[in-house]
Amino acid sequence: MNQSSKIRPVPEGTKTIGDVTVPEPVFSCRDVDVYYGDKHAIKKVNIDIGRKQVLAMIGPSGCGKSTFLRCLNRMNDTIVGARVEGMIELDGQDIHEKRQDVVQLRARVGMVFQKPNPFPKSIYENVAYGPRIHGLAADRAELDEIVNVSLRRAGLWEEVKDRLNQPGTSLSGGQQQRLCIARAIAVNPEVILMDEPCSALDPIATARIEDLIDELRESYAICIVTHSMQQAARVSQRTAYFHLGDLIEVGETNKIFTNPQAKLTEDYITGRFG
Amino acid sequence: MSPSILLVLIIALSVLAFQLGKTRAIAVVGGQRRIRDLHSLPGHYGLLTAIWCGLPALLVFLAWVLLQDAVITRLVIAQLPAASQALPEAQLGLLLNDLRNVVAGNVSPEMVAPETRIAAAQYVQLRDIAELALAAIVVSIGIVGMLWVRAKIRPDLRARNSYERVIEVLLFACSAVAVFTTLGIVLSIVFEAFRFFSIVPVTEFVFGTNWSPQMAIRADQVGSSGAFGAVPLFAGTLLISFIAMIVAVPIGLFSAIYLAEYAPIKVRKYVKPLLEVLAGVPTVVYGFFAVTTVGPALRVAGEAMGLPVAGESALAAGLVMGIMIIPFVSSLSDDMITAVPQSLRDGAYALGATRSETIRQVVLRAALPGIVGGVLLAISRAIGETMIVVMAAGLSANLTANPLEAVTTVTVQIVTLLVGDQEFDSPKTLAAFALGLVLFLVTLLLNVIALYVVRKYREQYE
Amino acid sequence: MNSTNDLPVKSADETQALVRKSLARRYRAEKRFRAYGAAAVLAGIGFVIFLFGTIFSQGASVFRQSYVQLTVTYDPEVIDPSGARNPDELVTADYQSIIRAALRERFPQVEGRPNLRELYGVVSSAASLELQQRVVADPSIIGSRETLWVLADDTVDMLLKDKVSRSAPEDERRLSDQQIGWIDALAADDSLKLRFNAAFLSNGDSRDPEQAGVRGALIGSALTLLITLLLSFPIGVGAAIYLEEFAPRNRMTDIIEVNINNLAAVPSIVFGLLGLAMFIALFGLPRSAPLVGGLVLSLLTLPTIIIASRAALKAVPPSIREAALGMGASRLQMVMHHVMPLAIPGMLTGAIIGMARALGESAPLLMIGMVAFIVDVPSGFVDPATALPVQVFLWSDLPERGFVERTSGAIIVLLLFLIVMNATAVILRNKFEKRW
Repeated sequence: MNQSSKIRPVPEGTKTIGDVTVPEPVFSCRDVDVYYGDKHAIKKVNIDIGRKQVLAMIGPSGCGKSTFLRCLNRMNDTIVGARVEGMIELDGQDIHEKRQDVVQLRARVGMVFQKPNPFPKSIYENVAYGPRIHGLAADRAELDEIVNVSLRRAGLWEEVKDRLNQPGTSLSGGQQQRLCIARAIAVNPEVILMDEPCSALDPIATARIEDLIDELRESYAICIVTHSMQQAARVSQRTAYFHLGDLIEVGETNKIFTNPQAKLTEDYITGRFG
Repeated sequence: MSPSILLVLIIALSVLAFQLGKTRAIAVVGGQRRIRDLHSLPGHYGLLTAIWCGLPALLVFLAWVLLQDAVITRLVIAQLPAASQALPEAQLGLLLNDLRNVVAGNVSPEMVAPETRIAAAQYVQLRDIAELALAAIVVSIGIVGMLWVRAKIRPDLRARNSYERVIEVLLFACSAVAVFTTLGIVLSIVFEAFRFFSIVPVTEFVFGTNWSPQMAIRADQVGSSGAFGAVPLFAGTLLISFIAMIVAVPIGLFSAIYLAEYAPIKVRKYVKPLLEVLAGVPTVVYGFFAVTTVGPALRVAGEAMGLPVAGESALAAGLVMGIMIIPFVSSLSDDMITAVPQSLRDGAYALGATRSETIRQVVLRAALPGIVGGVLLAISRAIGETMIVVMAAGLSANLTANPLEAVTTVTVQIVTLLVGDQEFDSPKTLAAFALGLVLFLVTLLLNVIALYVVRKYREQYE
Repeated sequence: MNSTNDLPVKSADETQALVRKSLARRYRAEKRFRAYGAAAVLAGIGFVIFLFGTIFSQGASVFRQSYVQLTVTYDPEVIDPSGARNPDELVTADYQSIIRAALRERFPQVEGRPNLRELYGVVSSAASLELQQRVVADPSIIGSRETLWVLADDTVDMLLKDKVSRSAPEDERRLSDQQIGWIDALAADDSLKLRFNAAFLSNGDSRDPEQAGVRGALIGSALTLLITLLLSFPIGVGAAIYLEEFAPRNRMTDIIEVNINNLAAVPSIVFGLLGLAMFIALFGLPRSAPLVGGLVLSLLTLPTIIIASRAALKAVPPSIREAALGMGASRLQMVMHHVMPLAIPGMLTGAIIGMARALGESAPLLMIGMVAFIVDVPSGFVDPATALPVQVFLWSDLPERGFVERTSGAIIVLLLFLIVMNATAVILRNKFEKRW
């Protein structure tokens, strides 16, 4: 969707330091609050997410970065007692609007989870699942094509091309996570959300996923939550630092890591806590 | 001395033994102030003494009470005149029955044959002797045990360890009861079933299609042998179980899905126990419901449609049995569905799957082995269910697949063959055990498979 | 590596268009699926309501019973012609004829043997028993007149409760037109009405529906359950403690565990076969006795109690065990002093649920002969007895219309007991349930 959306003004009184806005954002979030029952998990967050770049969200555990990520494709809907307020616009359209269909939203905003969660189906069926339910393939040949392309782009094709009919759970952890990425891109989304995608993987598998993220950036906007500052520095162009539900600072990754403006960010990056 | 008085005596003796052991332990170290020199607390010495006093006495007592009747009966039979001893087993059984009635005072001695009267007198005499002997033996065992431990009490006797060892053995014995129960079931059923198969060939039983177990009273009567082809019973059982599963599986599974995935927590909280009420209703109530409500309703409906519905149709029994099994299927399915990790649901939702797509293609697919295991357990339950079919299905052994006709089942026949006074050795009663053996084996097989499948399934997501 | 980015992919707009196109169909499927689920739940609830509704509407009337008011004359000529007040004679006297005389007095216009027989049929045969008891209790009433309420026949009772149709042709009814006339006449001057039926709870079984009660079956069930509880609770808890706290991980333990799980799913009738072959045929225990019933039912409930008790033990956190062992307690002391107090509520809950199951069980009791027609209330563990669910089974087989009501009434009593037991279990669980 290429209609350019105007930059939305940031409301008065935001405490976030740094460049909240970007030109032609995919997502613009303004004054987003999330509550779990009585708990105020996310407090008035303002941030834009740019196209064809990786935004890393870092912060100590429990700071709300995963919660915020799950707002972007309304995965919080599935949690009982969760309530999201404020405005989140995808391509200029509020995702909480009545007209906005959550199924359609999630087809546009894919997600990869912390723990690889392949379905109890074959490798082929795992990747074909999204295109099947959304009716993206007219016939079997087209479906084969989508599976093939998705697995190639996820860098998994060479490893699995001879055993597409084996269960997805038979793969190694790193392969499973790439299968989940292939499953997400098979729907041809605009944004991919990644919730600590490497935390359950060994260093070699992590390196492969990071390479993959770097490659996928050329087609998608990617938003990644990570607890590893090194990973954020390696894969992202922009970095956002969350602390206890507040978005403290956001900006270009280089700047955040070399010259953080906020004291909290600096303390975290230099390893004083977290 | 009556058994219950003896039981009280054993308990009293044990209490005495406890006191004796405790005071002895204190005395051995030289008084209350020095009990630190004992290995264990004085109470432990008391417990050890009590347990060695009471336990052997109790075991002898129980064994004696259980075996007394059998032994005395045997002795009495050995005393009978040779003519009576030579009687065929069935008539000997009748004689023993008379004897028991005389002994119990149900029948006055004048009403039975003289040799029975003499035997009954012997029985009573032997029983009195046995009870006296038991009392003497039990009390002396108790006293010997008590004195033996008391003599052994020394400061370095590890009373607590010994006592706990005994308790541990007792606890083990408790859990071994389960094994003995299974063993008892297998032995009693298999033994009687084999006696049956020595009269009626296995092949006739398993493949025969004619079931009419009525035995003639005189040997020269027509059809005196009876027919024991059990195929109609197997077919009837399967037909009714099949109807039950057609009712129970969709309703049970769909209500589990709805309650687990769709219903608000509040609705689930109240509706789930309400459905489980169906599982707590005694089966005899379902049987009554089938006979008085469902059966007649089906007949009326059948008449309206011009279909002949038998008074005791397989359909009525099957429908009601299905209702009974609904909560069974739904709670097992619910367990399986909620065991599917949330991450799988998240994976599907994140791809933009709707709720029903997620449930049908991901959750149910993942839970399938578990649900199949649950359904197998439900089938085994339907096959073994007795009261509903006894009350609502018929006795006529029709070999039919028409649910509107009357069929009979394995459990119905077991009940029919065994209820009432029969001699224990006729093929008719033995046939019930052969049917019981089939029932036990089939349900056991289903259970073993189902439990295996369910366990594997649970391990997968633990 | 960048080569993969050149692979053919649909444009975002194209994809979105396809997704949008699929939506209507998918949401219809969603609605349908959801409707199936809701329908299934409603069907389940409907069955519960229908089942209970049927039973209660058929059986609630059992707690009221038709009584006829008669004025009887304790005629000395009939009761005690010799005038000796000999208790044996008082018991065997012909009280039936006193009732009959009272009926003739009430309806003097009735004449002829067949008509009189119909008239006598209005009152239950229990009425003469009532008179007998009164006279034996107080012989001084002989010679006096008394107005009292006596049991009506079950056919009258059914008519009064509108359980039989008045409009059916006469030859299809058990009451003739003139009988209905008398009944209406009695009802019109309040000499025939429904009164509270305490006899249903205090009488034993009977062939006459209006006299039949559940006391014998209740006592039989109570005796049976007492044996069951005394055997299965200690053994079940012992087995659970052994398996959870002491058992080494070896083949023997595996065998025991598999055994318990399988026993839990063995059909109850098989336990009946075990009871018949083992306890009755082999050990020579008496048939129809609560003792044998209790033995069989305790084997039947044992797996339930073991499984529940193990769950209760498992729920006690290991930290408590470690703390006790760390203080130098032995394993048994740890279990008895620290684990058991926390697990007991859960075990009791399991025991109650097991007892509730045993109370509703009837198939194995049929096998061991607790299914006979027994009028006397059992007074011991070896007396012939029946149990409440078996009583339901026995009555459901009888043709009289009155027994349908009795059966439903017995079911109501049975269900009330089950509800109380299960409610106790739930309350116990909620009260002591702790999340660690």
